[in-house]
Amino acid sequence: MSGFQRHRRSQQVIATFTGFEADLLRSLEAQLVELLRNEAAVPRDDVDPFEALMDFTGPTTEPDDPVLQRLFPTAYPDDEEAASEFRRYTEGGLRDGKAAAAVTVIETLEDAGLPPELTEDGLMIDVELDEPTAETWMRSFTDVRLALATRLEVEDGDEEYWESLPDDDPRAQAHEIYDWVGYLQETLVMALSKR
Amino acid sequence: MAAASPVEVEPTSTPEEITVLATPWVTIVWNDPVNLMSYVTYVFQKYFGYDKKKAEKLMMEVHEDGKSVVSSGSREEMERDVQAMHEYGLWATLDKQS
Repeated sequence: MSGFQRHRRSQQVIATFTGFEADLLRSLEAQLVELLRNEAAVPRDDVDPFEALMDFTGPTTEPDDPVLQRLFPTAYPDDEEAASEFRRYTEGGLRDGKAAAAVTVIETLEDAGLPPELTEDGLMIDVELDEPTAETWMRSFTDVRLALATRLEVEDGDEEYWESLPDDDPRAQAHEIYDWVGYLQETLVMALSKR
Repeated sequence: MAAASPVEVEPTSTPEEITVLATPWVTIVWNDPVNLMSYVTYVFQKYFGYDKKKAEKLMMEVHEDGKSVVSSGSREEMERDVQAMHEYGLWATLDKQS
């Protein structure tokens, strides 16, 4: 596992994942999509089309879930009314964008050969991303990391705490995945900065 | 096409009101324990078009001081910037320039 690289000749951003790694990424991105579409604030698509067109209001209050609070921060901390207005006009679009980015990651992995159910041992998945797609992956990795870190309550300078947990502690395992996505993102940023 | 009705310029605005209207707004990015220093620098370069040196300086301010003013302008422009920062997963707010 060497993360992402910029292919010198094609300029594509490339990486190779084991089937297990690709499956893990897909599951993280799928959870993100689920979360983004779950809470009531999501624009409804199950209503009458005309009614849906006329309903252009977005949410005005902070989401309940701490992950969503972090993904959609309050833009005006000292002005509740302005904050509500900002949220009404931005949160729906931001949610759609983040969900679409996560779906892009999933689709790229599946197009590269990740089967719906991973059964095969020794499967390797090669991905080749053009620059806009690589940026989409990079942004989505941020959202995944923010989600994991919020659930784990990651803080600045807490590395020792995570290292002190026994290996079989589920929180330690989740933190390892968080670290791994961070490593992937770091190599992705480096690959994108190179041209 | 619609035609705008003629508007007379208000000659009565006091200088104070004009100053208030012109007050620039700022976009503030706050530190968080998650976002990578390399990523934050990348976003500042990519979105604002800052050179690497300026982007790194702002990133270090966020990292060390807990926040940094990353852009200034009209309220509408700053709302766009804050929205873009949220797209990138950075924790951003806007405020009147102090």
